[in-house]
Amino acid sequence: MSNLPVPKTYKLYLGGKFPRSESGRIQSLRNANEELIANVSKASRKDFRNAVVAARAATSSWQASSAYLKGQIIYRIAEVLQGRSEQFVAELVAQGLDKKEAQEEVTASIDLLVYYAGWTDKYSAVFSTVNPVATPHFNFSRPVPQGVIVIIAPEKPSLQGLLATALPALVGGNTVVGIASEIQPLCAISFGEVLATSDVPAGVVNLLTGQRDELLETIASHRDVDAVVATGLSFEQLKSLETHAADNLKRTIHLSTEEALRSDPQHILSLQETQTTWHPIGS
Amino acid sequence: MKKVKTANAFRDGGFATALESRDHVTLAADYGHFINGKWVRGGEMTETINPSDETVLAEFSLAGKKEINAAVKAARAAYEGPWGKMPAAERGKYLFRIARLLQERAREFAVLESLDGGKPIRESRDVDVPLAAAHFFYHAGWADKLAYAFPGKTPQDLSPLGVIGQVIPWNFPLLMAAWKIAPALACGNTVVLKPAETTPLTALHLATLLQDAGLPPGVVNIVTGAGETGRLLTQHPDIDKVAFTGSTEVGKEIRRNLAGTDKRYTLELGGKAANIVFEDAALNEAVEGIINGIFFNQGHVCCAGSRLLVQESIADRLISRLQKRISTLVVGNPLDKNTDIGAINSKCQRDRIQSLIACGIDEGVTVWQQEGKLPSKGYWVPPTLLTDCAQSQRVVQEEIFGPVLTIQTFRTPKEAIEKANNTPYGLSGGVWSDKGAKVFKAASSLRAGVVWANTFNKFDPTSPFGGMQESGIGREGGLQGLAAYLDF
Repeated sequence: MSNLPVPKTYKLYLGGKFPRSESGRIQSLRNANEELIANVSKASRKDFRNAVVAARAATSSWQASSAYLKGQIIYRIAEVLQGRSEQFVAELVAQGLDKKEAQEEVTASIDLLVYYAGWTDKYSAVFSTVNPVATPHFNFSRPVPQGVIVIIAPEKPSLQGLLATALPALVGGNTVVGIASEIQPLCAISFGEVLATSDVPAGVVNLLTGQRDELLETIASHRDVDAVVATGLSFEQLKSLETHAADNLKRTIHLSTEEALRSDPQHILSLQETQTTWHPIGS
Repeated sequence: MKKVKTANAFRDGGFATALESRDHVTLAADYGHFINGKWVRGGEMTETINPSDETVLAEFSLAGKKEINAAVKAARAAYEGPWGKMPAAERGKYLFRIARLLQERAREFAVLESLDGGKPIRESRDVDVPLAAAHFFYHAGWADKLAYAFPGKTPQDLSPLGVIGQVIPWNFPLLMAAWKIAPALACGNTVVLKPAETTPLTALHLATLLQDAGLPPGVVNIVTGAGETGRLLTQHPDIDKVAFTGSTEVGKEIRRNLAGTDKRYTLELGGKAANIVFEDAALNEAVEGIINGIFFNQGHVCCAGSRLLVQESIADRLISRLQKRISTLVVGNPLDKNTDIGAINSKCQRDRIQSLIACGIDEGVTVWQQEGKLPSKGYWVPPTLLTDCAQSQRVVQEEIFGPVLTIQTFRTPKEAIEKANNTPYGLSGGVWSDKGAKVFKAASSLRAGVVWANTFNKFDPTSPFGGMQESGIGREGGLQGLAAYLDF
């Protein structure tokens, strides 16, 4: 009996579902011997806009879920990723990493999840203040999520880089539209499967594969995006992003891969707004 | 709508005037720029006038490229020289000195602020000047304690940015100068500050105070001018950061011009704050809060509570109390201690407010204005209420920046929050209710950087201020405001 393998169709992860690009476009990912690894969906501008709609719809329920619950969900992602680590190692190897590198990347990715799972119920305490104003008012400032965040993930490491940029947004109650690595897109979509089975509500994370250059202007000028975290942009791309972002004053953060990979609560804080509340004391 | 007509002494001029004396202020005939600790001439001369009687107060000059270059160069030299090398505790001592000198000269600055900007002396005396001094005093203490402000950071992580270009608006000229200069200096930066062209005088007098404080030359440079001067400053290649307070339109322009550079920026821009009054609010307190929210400083306040959202069940009662209270507000000479609402800051702004009111009338809103006699000279707009407003109208969506309040009603808390958040802005908001749970739910649902619950328009140096969305980027004041002047 022959045992022909059943390869996976890599689609997008959008609103908790796995649709193909509405455009019907794909790009073929081939190895060094020109053998087909997979046909990956090439997300269109319309797919991106749909992803923002899904992310926006998910903001209120994600923000309303308790910090404890968010921590448990993110820890659950680590558990599920651990259970499927061999698949991710194999995918990275298929995309050109050697086995040891691939294993290290998957382990680092799991560690990132555990690290950020522990921040959900702490960052607010660490970075909030009660302000001693001179008038009889109770006054406090706390970080609140910005809303819908677009992540332009590092090209490499593709899985760890996606997590390092997306998790600080999630921890802080934001929802995410992630643009996967262009050269190693596979793990992002498989990671979508991990998310879909980890109690992450639909729409909280949406993942697109495609060409970042083609999507960049639409991302930058989209009026319902609150912030963009980008890595590895060229000078022209960065200038274009920041110029178009001025239209609705969305926040833009451009990180080197090294900065992006650093485990740092500052990444959480940079996707938060300080909200200050005053209330009189006394009658 | 029913008109409320009550005879009262305030409005009808039956109240003795109580003018603040101008003796305390000595104005120069004309002013130069304060660069590298010296007064420097340069650029075309222009006038600054008193908006309450259109008389010329003094001449000042519009800085061009040469002056901006000199100011930035002086700031750079001070940063690389004495200021950058100074121990943090010593920097703090200069700021404490400045705070004390400002308290000592408070009366001069209050009168000057009201003369040049048109705001009531009661406000410049009791709010602007004391708060400006408090900002210097507060930030003074931070200079040598920055590492405590940022968990996980070491003192080595917390280096200053360098030379900061700061552009401030005309609504709180001295206070905004303090908001900008104090944290920048506390964190070890040096500054080039440009006040607004209609209100340069308090910043220029602040320069004389800095001289008295013995602040090393170049640490703070003050250049005067209009939009073009601001553009030259914010686009100067040798500044490390732009700190801007002003309109959203100009803020976006600054952001575009900085695209692709590694310069930092903080923007404190416009707003269109909702002031939400629930049916269980204490009505008299709410009326005072609404008045303070929109008529404070003639409504020239980016965080003004310019949209009243009132629960339908109490709308008629609240509006009639509001009209009755507004009828007692004294509109007139800013130097009169009785005055509640002073002059509109400039002819240009008066025209803009009137054109937006006219636009509201075209769109079908109902206008109610206080029936008082306005002075024949100067720029004035009586306190104005707009009812029958719809969410899509320009008067509801756009910042009017004047004593004009739009009034809308709502039935459920959900509807109130939806209406409140339905603008591109996100600077401030107000909530009035006697139910604690409702207050906190509504307050945390507002997309706003500052929320006043059962109060409005309160400011303090310890309390971070700044907006979300198109109201700006970054915070000023408080521990959080320090981050804007440190390099991490």
